[in-house]
Amino acid sequence: MIDSLFLINHSGDIFLEKHWKSVISRSVCDYFFEAKEKAVDPENVAPVLQTPHHYLISIYRDKIFFLSAIQTEVPPLFVIEFLHRVGDTFLDYFGECSETVIKDNVVIVYELLEEMLDNGFPLATESNVLKEMIKPPNILRSVVNTLTGGSNVGNTLPTGQLSNVPWRRAGVKYTNNEAYFDVIEEIDAILDKSGTTVFAEIQGVIEACVRLTGMPDLTLSFMNPRLLDDVSFHPCVRFKRWESERVLSFIPPDGNFTLMSYQVSSQNLVAIPVYVKQNISFLEAGSCGRLDITIGPKQTMGKTVEGLMVTVHMPKAVLTVNLTATQGTHTYDLATKVLVWDIGKLNPQKLPNLRGSLSMQPGAPKPEEYPSLNIDLKIQQLAISGLKVSRLDMYGEKYKPFKGVKYLTKAGKFQVRT
Amino acid sequence: MTLSESSDDSVKKSNPREDWPARRGGLRQAEVDTCGVMSSGVGYNDQTGAETAVEAGQETTPTTSSSGAAFGLFSSDFKKNEDLKEMLESNKESLKLEAMKRVVGLISKGKNASELFPAVVKNVASKNIELKKLVYVYLVRYAEEQQDLALLSISTFQRALKDPNQFIRASALRVLSSIRVPIIVPIMMLAIKEAATDLSPYVRKTSAHAIQKLYSLDPDQKEQLIEVIEKLLKDKSTLVAGSVVVAFEEVCPDRIDLIHKNYRKLCNLLVDVEEWGQVVIISMLTRYARTQFTSPWKEDAVFDENNEKTFYDSDSEEKKVPTEAKPYMMDPDHRLLLRNTKPLLQSRNTAVVMSVAQLYWHLAPKHEVSVVTKSLVRLLRSHREVQYIVLQNIATMSIQRKGMFEPYMKSFYVRSTDPTHIKTLKLEILTNLANEANISTILREFQTYVKSQDKTFAAATIQAIGRCATNISEVTDTCLNGLVLLLSNRDETVVAESVVVIKKLLQTQPTQHSEIIKHMAKLFDNITVPMARASILWLMGEYCDRVPKIAPDVLRKMAKTFTTEEDIVKLQTVNLAAKLYLTNSKQTKLLTQYILNLGKYDQNYDIRDRTRFIRQLIVPSEKSGALNKYARRILLAPKPAPVLESAFKDRDRFQLGTLSHSLNVKASGYQELSDWPAVAPDPSVRNVEVIEPVRSRLSETPMFSASCCLVSPAVTNAPKPSVISSSLLSDLEGLSLSNVSSVTSPSFGPVKTYELLHHMTGKGLAAKYHFPRQPCLYQPSMVSVQVILTNNSDHVLEEIHIGERSPAGLNVHCFNTIERLEPGASVTVSMGVDFSDSTQAANFQLCTKEDQFGVSIQPAVGELLMPFTMTEFNDLKTHPRTFSDNRGHLFKKKNCIPGYFFYQIFVNPEQMKKDV
Repeated sequence: MIDSLFLINHSGDIFLEKHWKSVISRSVCDYFFEAKEKAVDPENVAPVLQTPHHYLISIYRDKIFFLSAIQTEVPPLFVIEFLHRVGDTFLDYFGECSETVIKDNVVIVYELLEEMLDNGFPLATESNVLKEMIKPPNILRSVVNTLTGGSNVGNTLPTGQLSNVPWRRAGVKYTNNEAYFDVIEEIDAILDKSGTTVFAEIQGVIEACVRLTGMPDLTLSFMNPRLLDDVSFHPCVRFKRWESERVLSFIPPDGNFTLMSYQVSSQNLVAIPVYVKQNISFLEAGSCGRLDITIGPKQTMGKTVEGLMVTVHMPKAVLTVNLTATQGTHTYDLATKVLVWDIGKLNPQKLPNLRGSLSMQPGAPKPEEYPSLNIDLKIQQLAISGLKVSRLDMYGEKYKPFKGVKYLTKAGKFQVRT
Repeated sequence: MTLSESSDDSVKKSNPREDWPARRGGLRQAEVDTCGVMSSGVGYNDQTGAETAVEAGQETTPTTSSSGAAFGLFSSDFKKNEDLKEMLESNKESLKLEAMKRVVGLISKGKNASELFPAVVKNVASKNIELKKLVYVYLVRYAEEQQDLALLSISTFQRALKDPNQFIRASALRVLSSIRVPIIVPIMMLAIKEAATDLSPYVRKTSAHAIQKLYSLDPDQKEQLIEVIEKLLKDKSTLVAGSVVVAFEEVCPDRIDLIHKNYRKLCNLLVDVEEWGQVVIISMLTRYARTQFTSPWKEDAVFDENNEKTFYDSDSEEKKVPTEAKPYMMDPDHRLLLRNTKPLLQSRNTAVVMSVAQLYWHLAPKHEVSVVTKSLVRLLRSHREVQYIVLQNIATMSIQRKGMFEPYMKSFYVRSTDPTHIKTLKLEILTNLANEANISTILREFQTYVKSQDKTFAAATIQAIGRCATNISEVTDTCLNGLVLLLSNRDETVVAESVVVIKKLLQTQPTQHSEIIKHMAKLFDNITVPMARASILWLMGEYCDRVPKIAPDVLRKMAKTFTTEEDIVKLQTVNLAAKLYLTNSKQTKLLTQYILNLGKYDQNYDIRDRTRFIRQLIVPSEKSGALNKYARRILLAPKPAPVLESAFKDRDRFQLGTLSHSLNVKASGYQELSDWPAVAPDPSVRNVEVIEPVRSRLSETPMFSASCCLVSPAVTNAPKPSVISSSLLSDLEGLSLSNVSSVTSPSFGPVKTYELLHHMTGKGLAAKYHFPRQPCLYQPSMVSVQVILTNNSDHVLEEIHIGERSPAGLNVHCFNTIERLEPGASVTVSMGVDFSDSTQAANFQLCTKEDQFGVSIQPAVGELLMPFTMTEFNDLKTHPRTFSDNRGHLFKKKNCIPGYFFYQIFVNPEQMKKDV
């Protein structure tokens, strides 16, 4: 399975290595650097590489490469999924997953990695289980520990490891019992030049934050579960009950977790909240171009569109832009050729518009392609698919928890072709 | 570390290489020694143990008589490590911990901290858990380099292996087995064997991991290890299952016979195994199934043709086939595997979903494979790396089975923000999916892609268009025209790629395309990409009879620039010259000779060779002989068109989802997926002598799917239909009818009777009920209730039956209407009520001919029953609480097999936790 792990930063320094079997020299990473060099963009590095004696499987997230060296056949997804789980755990423990934070907490990172894999096979990957064995850092505890010589490491086997609910730790106690669910939906869409939808689908997740004492057994039901086409669950969800009754019945892990993710059946028409009128043209002569973008509300279900943002990857030939926006600010990164127009709230009375000229590299031929627009937006208190949680019931505990559901619609990969 | 020179030192030094038994003796002494040191906190200059300690230290630093001096030597080089050493040797725990943290920091950066080994190893028995853990980290990292010093720590682990705390036992075994020192192999072997029979499943799991470690350290132990694996495979804990299968795959993947008896158990446990274990078990079972079952594809072999029509007509097809051939009967075990893996498609773990998908791909009947499509498409929303792997697999699948992914075609549309390798994979799939019906949509998409800023991708798109054009004859002309338009594109790579693809297309379509060739000849001057130039030259030569005027002119231009061209262009120039010489020697004779002369003195030997060959072939001379006559037939032979096919064509030789598949190279350790056997091996090998208890060790790891029945009853109060795990149902199904009929045998335990209807309210009709604690005859999810109806009135009651129920969905198996109940008489009837595992009362109406009485049955905690098999009665003894706790009721009755009992248990979750 997984032999070694190397963490490599953006500039190609190995800043952490961990071996679970015999030590593999870090020179094995040279093959990876070669591939990275060739790919230019870190996103383009192939996740699976072959070297004379090892196989390298890597992921790239948060500007860090997680590179694992492997010696024998193993499902690549197994490794990729695990590496992402490592990243998630760091995020969970330290609030962010960056080189600095990993370097600062190298001991905890090492302890975590030690627990997560044994001989290259995942041992404990549940956040609840890990947190019982290795406590996440916090300032108070580190002060207390230095004074008393206490440690961050638990000395008992996490109860979760052995129980039938491995994801939940035992003996959870809260004074305020609360359960919050965020229904977050993302619209993935491709619109063509004329505004017609080429492809659109809605993907949703239900993020939960559950802080409940004891061993609560929750049931979450929907008004319209038929909307959900394809679902995947956190292991705590009882699949059989979903199949028969379309309710989510589960004993939750403690803290934050993703309860389920779903896709809304593709038969339903996807409401596209905004329309985009754009006109980008490059003139044959004079090495300049024009840009004119207007955004207006389309199907917003009476809610306001917020956090509106347009990102355009300009052709290489575009040197500078000279634009004026009626609303919001725009920036143009000369190095990456990315134009970002941060609009903010969409006012239906006064539609935001961005127009102006693009100056091109003199002498360069007119770009063949027109850049596509990536739209970002947020609509609070709305699940665009119309999904509604009808109720949350709790069994197994006596107290009355505080319950809450929040809806949010976001643009996922929302692209307008020009 | 302050090693003093002992008087025995020189003696020991004289024979540093003692043989094994002697060393073992020494080791044992070292055990005593380290313990002494650790507990007293005194250094190694303790009189009793000094000699062995020094002996151990001696081998690593044999050059000096005192290791202390050796470290002095280091101190000048590694100042920093010197103060770490001091800290490690201090008496303060906090200092030691601080030092260890810094040491771990060094290790993590890949810096060498091995010279601290003696100082670190002393702390192995520290009371401070964190310090101990960090020492473990250090030990595992450096033990291989400092073998003898590492031995000092072994005794600590050996002691910890006997610790009452399972966590300590497990971590001791983990570290012990990770210390890669060949000398301790026998100790490890012993420890593994012991741990494999440990009561704690967690320790057993650790022992499964240790097996692989020991195997990689010393493969000679294989036979003994296989025995342990065999034992662990029989383990019924979900915790162990995944790990032992990993060990099996690593140590003895060919010993398929070990799986037989455990096959059904593994299938049934699968849902509850942790996600990583699921992946390895599924992939192992895929391999297993391919050796044990016959092919489910035989009868629908028609579908192999990749023919959609037959695919969709599969239903009608299937009805016909059995009449012709012997009908295919799927082995129930084969079906069991497919059925039990299907829910895992909903897993959040992408690796699990992929492994189920490959299992269906390799094992399921063709018409069932499509259940995995939706889940695979879902994975495309995951991380970039996951997309990459999943798309690769879909690409392979979509070649053989277009129909599977066609409805999801739009999910493979490319976004401009996708990384290039994702884009090309999506393109590959779109091309695979193209057919007459959707080609126009796909081509419209491709038009967008061709304009992409990403030139590699644009080039790939052009190739894809070429493939579509050859595969679907209807659009060949459209594609060709589109490609010709691209020839005027500003981008070099796009033009070049178009030329190459057009060349291939023209070859497959040898019709009148001289216009296109002429057009390309015009463009020739502007094209600089060698491959494209070479392609145009080849086209000129091949179809020189179609462009008789242009071809010689192109050759003339080439003669001018010949020396500056790339090799591949030169070769094609020579070819063109030769072909023109044969068809139009009048105009081109001199040019050809000129080019051949240039080629003769070229730097590249390939070109020199080719020139020499061509000259002999076309220019008649005495030496050339008979071959000359056939020059025209050789050079201008009609050539078969190249086949444009997917790069994923041959990937199906690998099992999907594997590393080998991803790399398209056989990875080391790849297990070949065997072909279906023509005749299935004896299926009875999988029979287990006793009814395999799926959940015998309740106390250990009750399966969660089962516990949804176990847990919910006490805690739910909303009415809902019953949920009974499939494994439970299958347990019940496994019982023969005779077992069920014996249900009525008297049950043990107290029978408490409850009042259902008082005779005052019931106008003389009284009803009492009790729970006989038997499996309900009617439906496994129902609880059986016996109702005693008594007529306390002075007139006959007629038509006693059950009326309306609430909640409406309440599932009740009513007793037959009692036509007549004489005054004073009583009758006992039994009914089944499905409480949906809740404690909510079942309300219904008890009706007589004249009256209706609302009654309700309140299930007392402990009366909701679930059948439960147990192999060993001893299990109960070890967990007396299960027995005595009045919340947990046991119901037992004799099963068909003597000595085995059939229980029904209801336990509430808290209690279950306690047991755990």
